[in-house]
Amino acid sequence: MKPVTLLASKAFGLTVQRLCHQLIEDHGDLEGVALIGLQPRGVVLARRIREELKRIIGKELLAYGELDITFHRDDFRHRSTPPTPSITELDFDLNDRKVVLVDDVLFTGRSIRAGLDALLAFGRPASVQLLVLIDRRFSRELPIQPDYVGKWVDSIGDQRVTVEWKESDGQDRVLLHSTEEDARSAASNATGTSAAS
Amino acid sequence: MSPTATKNISAPSEQLSVEHLLGIKELSTEDIELIFRTADGFKEVLNRPIKKVPSLRDITVANLFFESSTRTRVSFELAEKRLSADVVNFSSSGSSVSKGETLIDTVNNILAMKVDVVVMRHPDPGAALFLSRHVDARIINAGDGTHEHPTQALLDAYSIREKLGKVKGKKVLIVGDILHSRVALSNIFCLQKLGAEVMLCGPTTLMPKHIVSLGVKVEHDLDKALRWCDVANMLRIQMERQGGDGIPNFPSLREYAMLYGLDLDRYKRIGKDVVIMHPGPINRGVEVTSQVADHANSIILDQVENGVAIRMAVLYLLSARIPRSPV
Repeated sequence: MKPVTLLASKAFGLTVQRLCHQLIEDHGDLEGVALIGLQPRGVVLARRIREELKRIIGKELLAYGELDITFHRDDFRHRSTPPTPSITELDFDLNDRKVVLVDDVLFTGRSIRAGLDALLAFGRPASVQLLVLIDRRFSRELPIQPDYVGKWVDSIGDQRVTVEWKESDGQDRVLLHSTEEDARSAASNATGTSAAS
Repeated sequence: MSPTATKNISAPSEQLSVEHLLGIKELSTEDIELIFRTADGFKEVLNRPIKKVPSLRDITVANLFFESSTRTRVSFELAEKRLSADVVNFSSSGSSVSKGETLIDTVNNILAMKVDVVVMRHPDPGAALFLSRHVDARIINAGDGTHEHPTQALLDAYSIREKLGKVKGKKVLIVGDILHSRVALSNIFCLQKLGAEVMLCGPTTLMPKHIVSLGVKVEHDLDKALRWCDVANMLRIQMERQGGDGIPNFPSLREYAMLYGLDLDRYKRIGKDVVIMHPGPINRGVEVTSQVADHANSIILDQVENGVAIRMAVLYLLSARIPRSPV
């Protein structure tokens, strides 16, 4: 079945811009704020937001990092193959920062749980907020809620949400696939697709 | 994100082709590269303020050392603890081995206490293979006699990759006691699988017969050999294994040091930046002098540092293959 487009290029850009403005609304000139993208898929969004913030406030965000959560996942040995790690880059002191974790799709909340765990190995932030492009409501398995949301999606178990990026897939869009198989075949057509459930 | 969906949609993650790490010989090139990529992740973890991740918190590891070891044992133990595994240590001295218990009995007794992974060092070649056939646990060979020492070879190649960017096409010289060295054998397999050229150098008495059949070059003149290589791995003279038949393999340590030791003068005569390695423990003044061991081109301490990351990667990848509910 053909996937439903949830966010197309223009709306996608506007959504990212709105998220940036919400961040500025809450944090002013973003002093003391650290933007941290979760590997692998939250990083593209985090980089986009970092660029957009730079354009809006006219200066570089001081603390920006990318966090790999592989070794903190709770599904080690539940999967047929072990997850392979990506790069972590956090070259600033996390202590007393106001951290904004960035991921593309929030679904069960387990990745964010692992992300929080990984994050706290680097220090004790003053606060941690969560920013996601897509929030699949009503599918949480852990009590985790986002602070900034690009779009809410009410979906049922079998459906899959994939996020495609200009950088890797040629265009910005968010698709809703009716089954996992559909999402998989779409992902294999557009290689490098940033895919999430 | 649900784990199932991640597994299905994103690039397939890989796993090792082996259930035990008995030697480098059984590994494929892809296995070695997977271990390196995983070790990259752990190396980053080791630089965090909290150097511990929860991956192996439901795994129990037994370290069985039937032969003395400091570096390897500490390195394995740190790797296990930084992966949150439960660790039991066992060494042959002061144990029931000295009361005449067999290897299988010893290990089965330990396994009866529900151990998932066994890290073993043993003086007999093939001990790890033997164990893997008779007990129900993942076996990691931490050195079996003069046979193999796979994690050492992995960390050596990983250190070369880190220092020179890649291993493929590099010329690696292994100097010294090749005859008694499990490090040499594992290194030859590992380097060749990664596409490096290997030359061995040492006195004829310490060179195994027919070693050229492994596809390595042999040179007895250290100066010539050094001019050929990009990396020189100076093996330790294994005093404890010399002259088993009553006849020493070389006249004296002093003569060995003069012919096959690397001092600063000899190093300067090479005329290029050869990377210096040593698996430890160093006999300073025998294989290398202090000036060479502490030289800017020496990566001896990097080898030790990388050892923990490599062992974490091996433990992680092997443990991933342990079924969750015992059958």
